[in-house]
Amino acid sequence: MSITEILTNIKPLSRKQIAWRAAQDVVDGSYVNLGIGIPTLIANYVVPDKEVVYHSENGLLGVGPPPKPGKEALDLVNASKQLVTLRAGGSYFNTAESFAMMRGKHLTSVFMGAFQVSEHGDLANWATNDKGLMPSIGGAMDLSVGCKKVGVLMNQLTQDGQLRILKECSYPLTAKGVVKRLYTDLAVIDVTPAGLVVREKIVNLEFAVLQQLSEAKLRLADDWCELVPPEIL
Amino acid sequence: MIDKRMGSISETLQGLLQDGSTLMVGGFGDAGVPFELLHGILDAGARNLTIISNNAGTGNRGISALLNAGRVKKIICSYPRSRGAIVIDRIFKANEIELEVIPQGTPIERIRCAGAGLGGFYTPTGAGTPLAEGKEVRLINGREHLFEEPLRCDLSLLKADRADRWGNLVYSKAARNFSPIMATAAEHTLVQVREFVALGELHPESIVTPGIFVDRLVVIGEAS
Repeated sequence: MSITEILTNIKPLSRKQIAWRAAQDVVDGSYVNLGIGIPTLIANYVVPDKEVVYHSENGLLGVGPPPKPGKEALDLVNASKQLVTLRAGGSYFNTAESFAMMRGKHLTSVFMGAFQVSEHGDLANWATNDKGLMPSIGGAMDLSVGCKKVGVLMNQLTQDGQLRILKECSYPLTAKGVVKRLYTDLAVIDVTPAGLVVREKIVNLEFAVLQQLSEAKLRLADDWCELVPPEIL
Repeated sequence: MIDKRMGSISETLQGLLQDGSTLMVGGFGDAGVPFELLHGILDAGARNLTIISNNAGTGNRGISALLNAGRVKKIICSYPRSRGAIVIDRIFKANEIELEVIPQGTPIERIRCAGAGLGGFYTPTGAGTPLAEGKEVRLINGREHLFEEPLRCDLSLLKADRADRWGNLVYSKAARNFSPIMATAAEHTLVQVREFVALGELHPESIVTPGIFVDRLVVIGEAS
């Protein structure tokens, strides 16, 4: 079966739905860093009765929602350079302190995007093999080596149909053996010492088909369940 | 009598800038970028500059203006890719710049070491990646660490919110980022500030950068 045929029978998660799924794993009382791209959307789907302190690499703890019109402060931006607010209890600090929080294992969890992830949890998200794409690291290397729980949000395939879940990454690594859980548009997959384990997969997606969309070997957990996101506009 | 205030941008740069100078530039995105000092560098005409900053500019101003004018030989940054980073993207693709991309937590700590008189440090960041090439690797608690050396510069160009005549600084929100650390590792630290206040007006508990790290100040008012 071709990839096009596979994709006509199923309904992959949207970017917002991937963020929604990751948000279910954000725990009350935690300190969380959200990377640029889909991960930034996660905060929108964390239920308000969880008290979560968001960290931003540029020196913020307690990042709040975007400002209301007329209340913007140009000096108050997040890692994606979007205007944000600071919640009561929030704080400002310099970059050295911010990265001490990362490397020093003070954050509870971090969610990032990726180009590729290997079956060992190797992460590649700062450069490709395309010499024309300007490499950019930002906080990704420090976040991934320092955090106990690194979650990666990405589509199962690239826009031109290339696999992203590989035996070994072909792009330059960000860090080795750091990814703990993958949230894709098709499945939730854990990186374990025994390899990749599928915890959840979307409706109508046969496991054998999901395996075709990963170069690395997958195993279906005995207690797997269906990944059913809400409709999100 | 100590008074670090200068009358203008050009006076602030007077006698300190040379061809081949290495500059650290504070800021993350646009927050904390000393645009007026950077445009002063452009006007001063220095060439073959090396710039150390988190980003590589967006639009046509600040670092982008220096890049566009061909004044920069090398830029060391963590995240040049940004919406609107048109100049760096163009000259990178045209191979007209030496671009060194490093993980953000490493330069800040290298700068901190230089400012604190330390000889470097070991970090797990970058171990097992292409960035480890040519670096000393040491196993600490069973984990690979890379040795990183201190990083100094000729001039640090920073932006703060308020300052007094001793050069004590307070920043605005997330505009602080690299600046308090960059202030410590330069031959000369030059700061543009929004507002100048009388000595004693900044509360000692709230001063972020003690004036010992600052050489010259210039009051810009509400910056661009």
